[in-house]
Parts: sequence; C-alpha cells; structure tokens
Amino acid sequence: MSLKRSSVQYTPSYITLLCLLCNREKAEVEETLKRIQAHKGVIATIVVNAEGIPIRTTLDNSTTVQYAGLLHQLIMKARSTVRDIDPQNDLTFLRIRSKKHEIMVAPDKEYLLIVIQNPCE
Amino acid sequence: MEIIYVYTRKRSEFGRPCSFSDRPAKVNVDIPPDPSMASDFVLRNPVDSYVQHTSDMSEHEVNTERVEVESRGVNHVEGGWPKDINPQEVEQTIRFRKKVEKDEHYINTITHLGTLMEHCVKQNNAINIYEEYFGEEEVAEVEDEPPSAKTINVIRDPNITKRTATHLSWHPDTCKKLAVAYSSLEFQQNTKDMSFDSYIWDLENPNKPELVLKPSSPLVSLEYNPKDSHVLVGGCYNGQMAYWDTRKGGLPVEVSTVEVSHRDPVYGAIWLQSKTGTECFSASTDGQVLWWDIRKLSEPTETLVLDVTRKGLLENALGAVTLEFEPTMPTKFMVGTEQGIVIACNRKAKTPPEKITSTYSGHHGPVYALARNPFYPKIFLTVGDWTARIWSEETKESSIMWTKYHLSYLTDGCWSTVRPAVFFTTRSDGTLDVWDFLFKQNDPSLSLKVCDEPLSSLRLQDNGCVVGCGSKLGTVTLLEISSGLCTLQRNEKTLATAVRVLWAASRCLRLKERARSEAQETEVEEKPVESPHEVLNRARREFFEVIEVELQRRAQAETQRLPSLFQVKDCVGEEAAAQGEESQLLKDKEEEEEEKDAAKEP
Repeated sequence: MSLKRSSVQYTPSYITLLCLLCNREKAEVEETLKRIQAHKGVIATIVVNAEGIPIRTTLDNSTTVQYAGLLHQLIMKARSTVRDIDPQNDLTFLRIRSKKHEIMVAPDKEYLLIVIQNPCE
Repeated sequence: MEIIYVYTRKRSEFGRPCSFSDRPAKVNVDIPPDPSMASDFVLRNPVDSYVQHTSDMSEHEVNTERVEVESRGVNHVEGGWPKDINPQEVEQTIRFRKKVEKDEHYINTITHLGTLMEHCVKQNNAINIYEEYFGEEEVAEVEDEPPSAKTINVIRDPNITKRTATHLSWHPDTCKKLAVAYSSLEFQQNTKDMSFDSYIWDLENPNKPELVLKPSSPLVSLEYNPKDSHVLVGGCYNGQMAYWDTRKGGLPVEVSTVEVSHRDPVYGAIWLQSKTGTECFSASTDGQVLWWDIRKLSEPTETLVLDVTRKGLLENALGAVTLEFEPTMPTKFMVGTEQGIVIACNRKAKTPPEKITSTYSGHHGPVYALARNPFYPKIFLTVGDWTARIWSEETKESSIMWTKYHLSYLTDGCWSTVRPAVFFTTRSDGTLDVWDFLFKQNDPSLSLKVCDEPLSSLRLQDNGCVVGCGSKLGTVTLLEISSGLCTLQRNEKTLATAVRVLWAASRCLRLKERARSEAQETEVEEKPVESPHEVLNRARREFFEVIEVELQRRAQAETQRLPSLFQVKDCVGEEAAAQGEESQLLKDKEEEEEEKDAAKEP
C-alpha cells in the first residue's frame, strides 16, 4: 500500500496514523525477512544497499561486507551480460551453487537481498 | 694502456684570452689536373642513377625492462558510508540504518525481493537437483585411456646463476608445500655470486618462495620431519648437518660442528622413527653414515664406516650416494654407493662389522636412487648408470629384473605409492619415464620429455598423482599423472604377487641352468679329441640356433601380450633362462677359443 502525498496537514493524529502504517509495513518487511531466515537450511540473510552498506544482516560485519562487495560486482557483471545479449532482458535472480552451500541474490536497482542456504537433503 | 697523444701546456698559459689575428687567404696545396690519368677510365653512357624521395630512417630497437608485478589485496573493512557518518560510531550507524528502513522504496523493494527469494529457498528445500540419481555405478574401465601426464606448475630458481635442484621434499600433511634444496654439484664450479639459499615453495604462489632457508653452505639434501611438519633437516655441501624450524625463520636453528660432520657433501639425510621424533641419519661420499639427534648436533650419536671388508677402515670405505630407510623396518636400512654396490645394514647389530649384512652389486656406476616397494618391502629398486634394476632381498647375486640400457644416464627413481607395479625414473636428457611392469616390461609405459636440461631429482607426492622433478638449472616441474597410472587396478595386487612368485621361479630356473651349463662345460673339457676348429664351428652353430629360437619366441611373446599374463611371465622366465644359457654358450665359445690358442702354442 503506498501513501499518497497530497496536500495534507500533518496533524499529530495524522502523524500517528502514518507511523502506524509505516510500522505495519516495516513489520511486514521484518516478517518477510524473519520468515526467510526461518526456512530450513538458511544460514544467513543480508540486505545491502547500492553503496555496500549492510542494512540488515544476520552475520558479523566483516563477512557481511565481504559478501556485499563481491556479490555487488558479480551482479553488475551478470546484469551487463544479460543485457548485452538482449537489451530488452534484465537480471532477476542469481544463484550460485557451491560445494558447501548455495548463495542466492535477488538484485534491485538500489538494494540487494542475499540469502545463503545449505540445501541439505 | 698506450699513450697515443701527449698534449702539454704551461700552467701560466691556461685561461689566457685568445688572441685572434687576421690573415689573408693562403694557398696550401695546389694539385693541377693530370689529363694522362683519364686513360685509366672508360666513359660510361648511359649511367643508371636512382633518386628516392624519402626521409632517412635508421633502425633502432628498444626492449623495456621487465617489470616485476606483485599482486596485493586491499582489505576493505567497512562499506561505503556517507561522509557525515562515522562508521565506528554505533549510534550513528544504527540511526542511518533505521532511516533507510523507514524509506518507502526500501519497503517495497524488500517485499518484492522477499517473495522472489522465498520461492527459490522453498524450491531448494523441496528437491535437491544435484542428488545422485543412479546410485553407485560401477566406474567404467579406464584401460582405454592412454597414460599421460600434464604439467601443472613450473617453479624456477629466482637467482641469476642457476643451481641444480638436488633434492625435493613434500610437506608431510598438506602436500601444498615443497622444500627444494639447491646446490651446484659440479666439482669446484661454485661461482662467487652463487647464492647458498634453498627455498620452501607454496604451490599457490610459484613466483616467490614462501620461506628462504639460509645455510652456511649450499644444501644438497633436505627433508621434512614426517612427525613435525615445521622441522626440516638439511645436509650441506661441506658435510655439515643443519636443522630449521619454519616458525623461527630462515636461519638454521642449529648446525653440526665441522670437525665431527662429514667431509664430503651429505647426499642422503633421512629422519628416523623414534619416540621423540628428533633423530635422523645421514650418509656421504666420505664413507660414513652418521646418526644424529637434532637437539644436540654437536656430535653424532653413532657412526658407521661403509667398509665392505668389515674392518671398519675408512680407507676402504665406499662412498655413499643415497640412503634408504623404511619406517616399517626401523632397524634395517640400505645405502647405495658410488661404486655401484648396494649395502644393506642392520643398525642393531652388536659389533660394527656385523652391521653390514649384505651387499648387492650390479651397477656400473654410482647408485643414484634406492627405494623399497611400499607394498612389498623385500623388493627394492636401484637406479644408476644407464639402467634401473629391481632386486629382491633374497637374491644376492643379481637383480631379478632390469630395464634395457638407455642412451643417457638415469639420475633418480622412485616407486609409485599407490600402484605396486609402477615406478618412475628420470634421465639426464630431461626425460621422465613411468614404468608399469605389469603392462610392458621392455619399455616405459610413458616417456615424457620434461625439459632440455638433465633432470636431477624426483619426488612423488603421497597421493601418487603429482610428481615433482628438479632439473640441473633449478627448475622444478610438477606433473600430474593420468589417473590410469595412479589408481589401483582391481586385480593388481594379486598380479603383482604372482609376478614375484614367478621371479623366484625364474631365479631357480636360472640357477638350474647355470648348474647344467657348468656340467656341460666339464663335458666339453673332457673330450679334446675334436679338433679345435670343429669345436668352434659347433659352438657357433649352436649359438646361432639358440638366437633364432629366442627371436622366434620373442616375436611370439610380443603378439600375445596382456591377457595371458602368466604366459608372458613364463616367457620372461624362459627368456631369462635362455639368456643365462646364451651367456653360458658365449663363455663356452670364448673358452674354446682360448683352448684353441693354447693348443696352438705348443
């Protein structure tokens, strides 16, 4: 649900309403991330912005920054590859499967959602 | 330097202003034309002349200096925080994060990405697409694949004057590190700028050694301690022993005193199995084998003089070129000497003369390598002069098998650690040979030219797949052998045991043959009635007959090769027996010739 910014007076009650709504949406985000983290095999969840600043992470800072930096570059390269082949196309998701676990990256223009999962069967 | 021109000037005349003066033109030389000389020339008409309107060019070449490139990494610890926020301040970062989380765009994006991500996560959990679908399949027979090896890495001596890589030792645990001893073994060829260093290389970085070992004299042999992977012992060119601890840097922790060390380069240094893990022994061409305890290198704990006459005299001693020790038999060891004899010794004998248990001779030159088969310790391999020989401890007269005489010296050899029938040898024409005597006995099953200069040392990694060869110019080449040569074939062990049994059988056959031909010899001596000429003819005829039979048999053997292994082995046995016979016949012929000469004299 998006808030329409029309000419409105910021009365205290209005602000409270806005806060409630924001919180609810923020709660939605929280809930989504918590749900992802709770799935079987998920080791870590990281949200990074375009500058490489980790917004939310379940790992320690140094590892997060390492992942952020490296995956950002990889996403740029993958995206440019996809677009070079077909300019109408765009990158929606990237999955890297390694011996130990799988790294999944959902890119966006400004943010990156990174999930590391251990697909143990 | 010759003085060609002397220019003198009075000191008072220096610095004087020049005084120029005008002078009218003066004719110095006047040579009038001499028309008589024109008769020496012929008028030429037409004259070819060319004109080219280009600028004058000159050729010039420039070679830029080689740039040394070093890779370095930058550790970026924090993300790209905006300027006003100090990343160390926890409050500020939290505030920034909270601000971002409130952003509408963020919320939308994350919700969208979240659903996408969840789909994939659930997918992963639902089914594992990389699972084994067809169960444990029988691995296909790889016999069709021809044996091959490829170079995986080349490590060069970083010094300008190249030295020979005389000894290689793999790190006992990881096999990612290689210790290489560099020295120049040419007699008195040490130039002043030759460095004494030896290196430990990490295979991840072949351009720069991981650790530089700085002995006081170049190292000829170097070995990692199998119990403690930080400790190495090295034998120096001047006979001293030194040991290093890699945690303590490149200088030796202790060096043995010169008076009690060897007097010649230490060609073999091996660690012993002991509770403390600090004992080692060394051998050198000065004829001694010395035992050392690393903790006290000021004097050896025990000495043995390699005197085959068992008198313990240093003058009679044979110079040792290689040492062999098998941890499963801690009291016995073997020494290969310069004179081509292999001496088997027992350390625990009561008196020094008894320490030398037996000798095996068969090589024409120094025995450069000596190795026991890891699967059958009674069988050992020696490499020297132009052949490699396989011996059995019980057979003391000669080797049970030998390769043909090559065109170049064989410099080093070792058994494969995984396959009982495979061994490797290096030659001085830069070739590495891989022999598989269950498959082919006359030729190596793989012969690779590694480099143009002679190969000086060889070492196989414990997994049996990677072999390192050191060359005369200090280049260490690492080769990976194809899996056919480094995985145990199914019935290989049984076949190898069968081969051993056959060798023993062929030995018995040969002994019988020898006994029989000796009996024949005595027969020949007893009938001098035949004239010497007839005897000679007869011997010649018999000789050629045997050769013909042999050739036929060999041709047969070639056509029916692998499947009937036992048959082939029988042929080998017979060949050996026939060879014995041939040599006996040759001897007969020679003796008869001698008899003839003797008969002629009176």
